[in-house]
Amino acid sequence: MRTDPIRAARPLAAVSLALAVLAAGCTGAGQTGEGAEADLDVSTGVTDDTVTIGAHMPLTGPAAPGYSQISVGAQAVYDFVNANGGVHGRTIEYLAEDDAYDPTRTVEVTRELVHEDEVFAMVGGLGTPTHSKVVDFLNREGVPDLFPSSGALMWNDPEKYPLTYGYQVDYTKESKILGEYVSEEFEDAEVGYLLQNDDVGVDSQRGLDMYLQDQAVAVEHYESGAEDLSAQIAGLEQEGADVVVCACIPNYVALALLESARIGYEPQFITSSIGGDTVTLRGLLSSFAEQAGSGGDPDDFLNGLMTLGYLPPVELGGDDPWVEFLRGVYDEYGGDAPLSNTTVYGMVQAVQFVRALEAAGEDPTRASLIEALESLESGGPGLVPFSSTGEDRGGYAGGFITRYEDGELEMVRDPAVTDSAEGDIEPAEVDRPLPEDIGPLAQG
Amino acid sequence: MAPSTHRAPASDAGSTPAGSDPAASARRGPRSVPGHPLLGHPLLRRLLLAAAALAAVAAVTTATGPVTDLRVANAGLFLLAVAGLQVLVGTSGQVSLGHGAFMFVGAYTMALLVVNVPALPLAAGMAAACAAGCLAGLAVGAATARLHGPYLAGATLMLAVGLPAIALRFPDLLGGANGLGFSTIGAPPALAGLVDDTQWRAIVVWTVALIGLVVLATASGGRLGRHLRAVRDDPTAAALSGVPVGRVRVTAFVISAGAGSLAGACQAYVLGTATPSTYGLALSLVLLAALVLGGLGSLWGAFWAALAIVYVEVAGTELAHALELDTDVRNNLPVVFFGAVLIIVVLAWPRGVHGALSALGRHRSTPQQTGDS
Repeated sequence: MRTDPIRAARPLAAVSLALAVLAAGCTGAGQTGEGAEADLDVSTGVTDDTVTIGAHMPLTGPAAPGYSQISVGAQAVYDFVNANGGVHGRTIEYLAEDDAYDPTRTVEVTRELVHEDEVFAMVGGLGTPTHSKVVDFLNREGVPDLFPSSGALMWNDPEKYPLTYGYQVDYTKESKILGEYVSEEFEDAEVGYLLQNDDVGVDSQRGLDMYLQDQAVAVEHYESGAEDLSAQIAGLEQEGADVVVCACIPNYVALALLESARIGYEPQFITSSIGGDTVTLRGLLSSFAEQAGSGGDPDDFLNGLMTLGYLPPVELGGDDPWVEFLRGVYDEYGGDAPLSNTTVYGMVQAVQFVRALEAAGEDPTRASLIEALESLESGGPGLVPFSSTGEDRGGYAGGFITRYEDGELEMVRDPAVTDSAEGDIEPAEVDRPLPEDIGPLAQG
Repeated sequence: MAPSTHRAPASDAGSTPAGSDPAASARRGPRSVPGHPLLGHPLLRRLLLAAAALAAVAAVTTATGPVTDLRVANAGLFLLAVAGLQVLVGTSGQVSLGHGAFMFVGAYTMALLVVNVPALPLAAGMAAACAAGCLAGLAVGAATARLHGPYLAGATLMLAVGLPAIALRFPDLLGGANGLGFSTIGAPPALAGLVDDTQWRAIVVWTVALIGLVVLATASGGRLGRHLRAVRDDPTAAALSGVPVGRVRVTAFVISAGAGSLAGACQAYVLGTATPSTYGLALSLVLLAALVLGGLGSLWGAFWAALAIVYVEVAGTELAHALELDTDVRNNLPVVFFGAVLIIVVLAWPRGVHGALSALGRHRSTPQQTGDS
């Protein structure tokens, strides 16, 4: 194009000028500096009769079917506590904001919760891709960031995130326990990994490889959002894996079970805790079968499945005081969906927060809440110890392994604890309080 | 902006069979402007308008809280993204379903620079993101310059679906499905107490967006704009008139991609995150749908589109939560709401919100000129 050079230069000059103005006095875009420490000696979100807390949750969108029960469970516990007088006379207002598992929305709703709703603390923000985008913000703003619903290792980093306290057993700890179990109980087997292609897969593989390096014959990955696993399952079958360890969310455990049944491949499946809720799996298998137009009992696929857990599984029923208690609370205050282990996950999260809030004293401040977390040393409802001290705030520190058969769970590996590094795996010694030992829960 | 709206009826109608002779519109442009007595004025007027808009944004953000600041910033960056798409679709007539991919390029360029070169000034990061987007636009434009209509749409669709997967392919560098998270600099210390961080970010985004808009308006108002419209209305006639059709099409892609990429960089800067799922096909389709809603052919259309993207979604979500519907319904209601608004607007005013407003304005001043369809 023949363009008048003076005219063409004009917008260019305008842009350069504007950019020069912007650049002047501009320090590096990534240099956020230390700034002033946020003041923790405040009780933002606490009034005379309420404590407001928030969470970002996928209430809609692709992740909702698996996880929306978590906030239902938590809400049921808070409703129960509120109906029985609250904590130190204050009721708990729980704001579960929908982020549809989209990190962009997470950033938006978290800012709303902190700036507009002025929450006292964030409790149970869900997901690694989502919560990792607000963990900096929460720590900078001085908002206690308790119990993210994710097993990423990054929540246990007191130096970088002094206000973040983990909850779920991290992916490396649980896969170490899985790895050791497989290497002991299936010592001659060839092992395949089925891993989600993100930090779940990376952190899990690190733990598995510590014990299964020599036995592993195949590593298959899937992308979160994929529609089928036929290539991955065919790959595992081709390499002759007799045991398949899954670090997958429930949707993909169900798909893996169905796909291997379809091609007549029958390995021993063992899943990590995130995909191990058999109640959720039963629901998924039924709905997949319904879509495919075939009937069939979900148990045909599920029988023999081994899963790692750290909370009391609902299948234990009346044999466990906490399951019995939580079932009672859920029946009264919960939703219509059956009580699942995912619901229990949210309920236990809420119980842990209630314990911390009670220990934070009559007039809680953010600083006293953080201090109170130290008193959660005992596992609470979980079957393994819970770490929330200054140096280690990894949450649940281990797990146990069960085997599913026709709606019943059999314990095949007793609760064990370990660390996220090279440390040994040791039997868990946990001092479980009973529901009636916890003030706000006992009033009922 | 304003001068093109006066000419818009004649040139816009060219996309319908009943429109004016495209070759004539192509000829008329180049001849009339060299003799234009007020050559310097459109740019000056645009800069003044931009300054006024920036002052308005500063005023709005001063009066409101951090959450509104964030929405205002979002509106600014979507304005820039849709304005870039406007040049491509509305002015050059090339339908792109892959505009979100250019936002992806900008967001990741910005994210990588902030993470790896924290000392780099923000303006340099923005410029780099814009340059990266222009390069991507050049590559895509050159590859697709011979395609038109559904073939072009198909090729750009591929871009929207495929490009974000690059982040999954290189998880060590690009963070895989989790994407990248980082903190960006807030308000300069000199302004502490006067503006807070979120307000400062909104102002920065609008500064970038308005500079981008001035460039886009200048480009599409001048000689290049006439070439673009000539190519859109009839490529053969344009070629016969001496317009280099291929080069003009590629230029449109480069400009549009640069704007989209800058918008993506703004988004990364405001939210401190870049994740592949944000820049999927849905984003590209929303940008295009919003453009149609706002009105094709004028940068004002992009303004209404940006407001629609930010506020119709918010309204839909709030409506869904207020009605306390079943999850499956609630899940889809914001999308349905957006779709319904789109259908109603397009049925009532085929040329979008801006078309409706400018028809209203013309009706008031010169009633006899309204019957252009």
